Amino acid sequence: MQHVIIGAGPAGVIAAETLRKLAPRSDIALISDEPEPPYSRMAIPYYLVDHIAEVGTYLRKRDHWYADQRIELVNDRVASIDAHGHSLGLSSGHSRGYDRLLIATGSSAIKPPIEGVNLPGVHNCWTLEDARHIIERAQPDSSVILMGAGFIGCIILEALASRGVKLTVIEMEDRMVPRMMNDRSGGLIKKWCEAKGVEVLTSTRVNGISEDGHGRLGVNLGMGDTRPADLVIAATGVKPNTSFLSGSGIEVDGGVVVDHRLRTSAPDVYAAGDVARGKDFSTRSFTVQAIQPTAVEHGRVAATNMVNGLEIVHQGCLNMNVLDTMGLVSSSFGDWEGVDGGDCAELFDGDRYRYINLQFEDDVLVGANTLGMTQHIGILRGLIQTRVRLGASGKRALMANPLNITEAYLKATQGTTSSM
Amino acid sequence: MMKSLLIEASKCTGCLQCEMACSYENEGVFNPARSRIKVFTFHSEGRFVPYTCTQCEDAWCMQACPVDAIVINAQTGSKDVLEDICVGCKVCTIACPFGTVNYNQDSGKVIKCDLCGGDPQCVAACPTAAITYVDADATGLSRMRDWAAKTDNAAAPH
Repeated sequence: MQHVIIGAGPAGVIAAETLRKLAPRSDIALISDEPEPPYSRMAIPYYLVDHIAEVGTYLRKRDHWYADQRIELVNDRVASIDAHGHSLGLSSGHSRGYDRLLIATGSSAIKPPIEGVNLPGVHNCWTLEDARHIIERAQPDSSVILMGAGFIGCIILEALASRGVKLTVIEMEDRMVPRMMNDRSGGLIKKWCEAKGVEVLTSTRVNGISEDGHGRLGVNLGMGDTRPADLVIAATGVKPNTSFLSGSGIEVDGGVVVDHRLRTSAPDVYAAGDVARGKDFSTRSFTVQAIQPTAVEHGRVAATNMVNGLEIVHQGCLNMNVLDTMGLVSSSFGDWEGVDGGDCAELFDGDRYRYINLQFEDDVLVGANTLGMTQHIGILRGLIQTRVRLGASGKRALMANPLNITEAYLKATQGTTSSM
Repeated sequence: MMKSLLIEASKCTGCLQCEMACSYENEGVFNPARSRIKVFTFHSEGRFVPYTCTQCEDAWCMQACPVDAIVINAQTGSKDVLEDICVGCKVCTIACPFGTVNYNQDSGKVIKCDLCGGDPQCVAACPTAAITYVDADATGLSRMRDWAAKTDNAAAPH
């Protein structure tokens, strides 16, 4: 059996390793168009602060891991898929057949459709290549403008600030990380950044970027406000890498359309990770989550389903995130915006940058936002994803003090009248 | 035979010796706040429940790690954090449905129980044998394992 995986991010690598375990005799090829060994974009912020060398970003650290696993690494780009003929056309001119194919091509950073966005000095922060450009330009005392205060924008703030740059963040929405944190916590993150010397402009748009003829950039915020910059970073979102699928007949709608087994519309073709529009645990709808834990789960589920005789019906991934914004840790889980008819428990301590918000449906936890919490937050995932009933007293205890999540978990799952 | 921690909450008196021993062994200080095992108190019932990593089979933390910093200890079966490889991204801290991998802001790394390499100090310190280190099959961790399986809503292969 020939298993071919396109894309060597976490979804692709986990899928390859899962296939090796479940189908010891099959051939497995992992095709990547980036020159580096498979690496983790999650680690790039730590590479930017020089905490790790490039090798520290690699997904697997052991020597000869892929060779030992008999996973063939192919450095090429898939230009086209002939789903009917079970064959791939590669940019190198070669073609390659497959019995089962996994599309795990991930996503790419987008640039906003404004003038000057392709000028030298305007970069995304997504690939190792991007990171090298940023390191080169983000010199001490240089002016850096970061467009977008989403997850990626926030997580690279510390890396940029620690390089001694003058930093301005521009966000269209009214708060920081608007797709992960509610207004109270997003507001606190803004206050935190400002206290650390970062200028944060929310509800602000960039109209265009210009260059003064000497390599200095100007970022036009409208109403005559143009900010000078040595480096502009566009962290304004990502989109699934699906363009090579046009003409393949494989259905794409926002991301690659998949079913509960992560099968695409073409026979023997599966999709996983940032590129796949997989099922969301909370909403039960199909959406692109583009988060690391989902990439890992997709990789494992898709690979299992690619093996003859095995089948996993996927119930959906929980959308969750943890973010460190200049030392302030925030997290979000599931339906953090709440559900109709649900209840909410909240504790706000703005002076200490501590916050927790729990969302319930009946006596079941369905979502959460936390700020300044680093202990036992995984329990929020456990409570939400097991849909465990807390009971009236368990819920009442959390409504009274939402910080007592571990106690709620112990009560709900083990009882406190019997041993663990 | 692999061994694991058996926690019998009914024997716990809440003395916190386990937390002291753990923090001293792993952090060099007597400070319950730095312990990998935590004793939770249920005041209304006068009960105490020690709580730490079960070294679960699924190892959500290990699977979720984007840089290969959590590995299985071949001797003890524990899932160990390699400090020099951990970048501190914290994905494991939200992936673990038990909440037993936690971020340490001082070190910028995550910490979790590693069974002290096979000689767990919480066990040595516990005066009432509420925490013992016994053959894995005897620990009755099945309820936690059930919980892990439930979290794995991808469901078992059909």
